[in-house]
Amino acid sequence: MPPLLEINNLYTQFFTSAGTVRAVDGISYVVEEGETVAIVGESGCGKSVSALSILRLIPDPPGRIVEGSIRFMGRELLQLSDDEIRHVRGREIAMVFQEPMTSLNPVLTIGRQLTETLTHHLDMDDAAARARALELLDLVGISDPDRRLGQYPHHLSGGMRQRVMIAMALCCEPKLIIADEPTTALDVTIQAQILELMKELTRNMGVALIIITHNLGVVARYADRVNVMYAGKIIERGTALDIYHSPAHPYTLALLRSVPRMDQPRKEKLDPVEGQPPDLTTLDEGCPFRPRCRYVVDRCAEENPLLEPVSEGHLSACWEKDRLRGPLKEAS
Amino acid sequence: MSDQTTVTEGPEAVPDRVSGEVLVQVRNLKMHFPITSGVLIQREVAHVRAVDGVSFDIRRGETLGLVGESGCGKTTTGRCILRLERPTAGEIYFDGVNVANLGKRELIALRQKIQVIFQDPYSSLNPRMKIGDIIGEPMHVHKIEPDRKARDERVRELLNLCGLDTRFADRYPHEMSGGQRQRVGIARALAMRAQFIICDEPVSALDVSIQAQVINLLEDLREEFHLTYLFIAHDLSVVRHLCHRVAVMYLGKIVELADCDELYDNPLHPYTQLLLSAVPIPDPEVEAKREHRIVKGEVPSPINPPSGCVFHPRCPMAVDGCSKNVPEFREVKPGHWVACTEV
Repeated sequence: MPPLLEINNLYTQFFTSAGTVRAVDGISYVVEEGETVAIVGESGCGKSVSALSILRLIPDPPGRIVEGSIRFMGRELLQLSDDEIRHVRGREIAMVFQEPMTSLNPVLTIGRQLTETLTHHLDMDDAAARARALELLDLVGISDPDRRLGQYPHHLSGGMRQRVMIAMALCCEPKLIIADEPTTALDVTIQAQILELMKELTRNMGVALIIITHNLGVVARYADRVNVMYAGKIIERGTALDIYHSPAHPYTLALLRSVPRMDQPRKEKLDPVEGQPPDLTTLDEGCPFRPRCRYVVDRCAEENPLLEPVSEGHLSACWEKDRLRGPLKEAS
Repeated sequence: MSDQTTVTEGPEAVPDRVSGEVLVQVRNLKMHFPITSGVLIQREVAHVRAVDGVSFDIRRGETLGLVGESGCGKTTTGRCILRLERPTAGEIYFDGVNVANLGKRELIALRQKIQVIFQDPYSSLNPRMKIGDIIGEPMHVHKIEPDRKARDERVRELLNLCGLDTRFADRYPHEMSGGQRQRVGIARALAMRAQFIICDEPVSALDVSIQAQVINLLEDLREEFHLTYLFIAHDLSVVRHLCHRVAVMYLGKIVELADCDELYDNPLHPYTQLLLSAVPIPDPEVEAKREHRIVKGEVPSPINPPSGCVFHPRCPMAVDGCSKNVPEFREVKPGHWVACTEV
């Protein structure tokens, strides 16, 4: 059986006056049915653009999907007409955005925004859509759903709005939900509530989830598989356990070391990743991480390493990946 | 108005690295913002109780962490100490002087000694000024370095100190990344040779790989110049790394205050416990074993806070009395203060 979603060699670029920004630079990954896949990386690494590309939400101009294939349930999304892709958005693949403040329409009631999707995609009449909307609000843990349907987004707190976003994402029972930094704008206690809710709902309904985040902790708790992105490329992939216990790319290793951890004794000094992320308009043929890398060798400047396996299901794009694993991990 | 500090009852502690002298003393600080209604005749209809009776001490050389969720009043507390807000009630002593009653001229002198680093490095630097002028201006205003040449020299020294190339002096903020801008904010705070710096979420707008760089810089500077920090943040792991003592705020009140290790190893207030358990740890094995306790509900409005203990509607340990009696902020162990009757 083919996987639910298969992205192959995807390139998305933005053509700006400052040059061509290679935001997504040849990434490939699959999402199986019911699975939670994480995409981790820092701002500007292309993680959001890669997700928006799946639903063809890249503003054109200046952006364009230049090359690649995105197969979803056997169909090539990049070849669908505008009308056809509209039926995929919200119906089969739904999205939860980072900013619950800006991604809900401020002049429409919660009820209207929820029922719109239902009447549009599922041809429900108003009464049926309203009943379903009530059911959904209840499902995402919003108390007094009847009253909430008549309220506007500004009546709700950030956590509540994110619950509404999740209800909207769930309303057509999609096969896949893409959550782009779903909890970044929220407080820690609310973040925990929302993540637990998403995990529980996706597990119960068998929905696959792509979770995009910069928070390494969030990934550890919720993801089955993790893709680490840097400068538009996936540089490491593996199970959460692979990534956290035996990272095989210097960037992943450096990232894990740079955050203070609450479950470990306090360190005298943090161990930061030195330098800055690269400018995506001036990438050369070498590895983009090499100016910040502690394991750099001559070859890194000449050729960009491909994503290759280090063990079953664990891949890394690094010439020195074998040196990284095992005893040398302690090198600093 | 007496300049002499009159020490009333208040939470104190003496970490090893810190001298015994109290630099900042906050007593029963209240900051209520009025909500007005009406177009021509404005009436006060209610108050936002942003800070509602907060007391703490900061010793010279110490870093006090102030943590809590958004809207709990941690930033307002910092702004009151800087006198960017005039407190509704309470006293703030800085080096023995009551900040709350200072006149304009005295305030200018005070702000040489207290500096601030803001959260958002994008909006806290003037986009039309060169970096050199941003850092140099306070020295000019306060007449610390009136000579242009000497000032430029000092700007270069500060840039170096904060790990920036001296060529940045002639650039504009938009030419820099977030981490570099935050270094400029730090250099500006150091320009006045301040003793006390309020760091208001200094790393939360930065990427993970850049955060550690800025945290290390703050630590190095603290040691080199014997600085005292009030470190306001919501990231509990960063606070644990950097602070000597930590105060946890909820809805305008401090609910727990203790030495850093004591607070993280042995949290007593139910809110602190839930807050700590909500922080995800970047290790799937640890996460799988950890007990996950989720706080129910959301933070109530500070306009109309719950009666009694403000946390009781969300508290798993709440008993009947919690909705009636305001719990006393008491010292349950030496240096460990908590506002809960059920501890």
